[in-house]
Amino acid sequence: MIEVRDVTKSFGTQQVLRGVSLDIQRGEAVVIIGRSGGGKSILLKHLIGLLQPDSGVVRVDGEDITAMNERSLLRVRRKYGMLFQMAALFDSLTVEENVGFVLRRQGLESETEIRRRIAEALEMVELPGIGHKMPSELSGGMRKRVGLARAIVYRPEIVLYDEPTTGLDPIAADNIDRLIRRVWETLHVTSIAVTHDMKSARTISNRILMLHEGRIYSEGPTSEMLESTDPVIYRFVNGISTPQKPQ
Amino acid sequence: MPVQIIHQRFRAFTTQLGEIFQLLVEALRSLHQQRPSGKDFLYQLQFIGVKSQSVVITTGAATGMVLCAQTFLQFHKVKMDTATGAVVSIGMSSELGPVLAALMLTGRVGAAMTAELGTMKVTEQIDALRTLAAHPVDTLVVPRFLALLASAPLLTAQSVVVGIISSWLVGVHLLGIDSAYYLVNMTRYTDPSDVLTGLIKSVVFGAIIAVVSCYKGLTCQGGAEGVGKATTEAVVVASISILITNFFLTLFLSRVFYP
Repeated sequence: MIEVRDVTKSFGTQQVLRGVSLDIQRGEAVVIIGRSGGGKSILLKHLIGLLQPDSGVVRVDGEDITAMNERSLLRVRRKYGMLFQMAALFDSLTVEENVGFVLRRQGLESETEIRRRIAEALEMVELPGIGHKMPSELSGGMRKRVGLARAIVYRPEIVLYDEPTTGLDPIAADNIDRLIRRVWETLHVTSIAVTHDMKSARTISNRILMLHEGRIYSEGPTSEMLESTDPVIYRFVNGISTPQKPQ
Repeated sequence: MPVQIIHQRFRAFTTQLGEIFQLLVEALRSLHQQRPSGKDFLYQLQFIGVKSQSVVITTGAATGMVLCAQTFLQFHKVKMDTATGAVVSIGMSSELGPVLAALMLTGRVGAAMTAELGTMKVTEQIDALRTLAAHPVDTLVVPRFLALLASAPLLTAQSVVVGIISSWLVGVHLLGIDSAYYLVNMTRYTDPSDVLTGLIKSVVFGAIIAVVSCYKGLTCQGGAEGVGKATTEAVVVASISILITNFFLTLFLSRVFYP
């Protein structure tokens, strides 16, 4: 479904991605892990065409999205929903208007049907009845859940999550993890998240890819990756700052 | 080394100019290809047009009064007091009205637009818009562009009319110019082309404010500091562009109306 080949990306003199290649199949739940500032979010933005690589190819269902202009990309992006790190809700719109943004823009359905789908999406993220509120009235966890409702209301095939639990307390983070899992299971989407939260990675993925020094260092089933004895993976998974061999 | 710096700055300037022009082309293409959102357009029209009236009226009134007083003081020396109305009317209609209204709109509307879009950019709201299959130009730029094109000439006309009325009040009731001569000379020497020149200029200035402000907002980088910097740059670039464009428009339109 998504194919990335030898993608490189630099910002000024800093090369962030140094030839990333990966494949993601339809219906998978993938998590990309790696250190902060390692280019995980940059890679995620390449998957949806928000950033264009300096070299390399990103194919979505066989279409090379790196060769597309912004207008052509809009058609491809209809397959995607994305939850941003800080939720990125439109702060001039209410929760209801945020969630229904795409549906109203498409104008394909009646207002009654749009309202029903908004209510359904808010119900799914366990926030019924808050449609009238402004984003500034919501807590961090609530904003993320509204962001998730906005990302899934139009039933995308692929949902991207950029650091979904960053900045949340452990209970709110667990809540988001459960929702991501539920979205994957009930809507049968392809789920791709970037995170450095290992608890979150364990809950929401069935495959983990590790981005290290601008390349995919290793990949495998979640349980194998979390129990890996490879020094780089072991240190990262267990949060060890000094070099140390696994027992 | 200084040559290298000049070369770098010139390159940055031409790149920016090209990107601003590209944004204008993209906005025009969007207008041609699809119908803009009426709701967004009306919202912007209210913010840009309705809410800018007090600023523009005050500017017009103050300019009209000062221009009248200054003109009268000079003309009085050569016994041409009654020509004051004509000078104020022509000056306000073709030059001061459109330029000052545009500069005030740059400060009030252009700055707000850049700050709003810049904040959306740094908080990833523009990326969110793009992931929701909405083109930022269609959604954010076109309604603002259209609202400015519609509002700028109306606000300019309002400013000019208020300026002329204020100058009449000052000239006749404060400085003692005969009202009949004031009005006769004003209507005799003010040509419809003067009014048209002002209105054409205001449309061009409206487009400049919209495109420059949106460009600066959409290309804003960094956090709060970046938004502040982009806003300042938008006001400076739009204001200077208006002043320079005004000179060339004056030359061009005078050739068109007085061949």
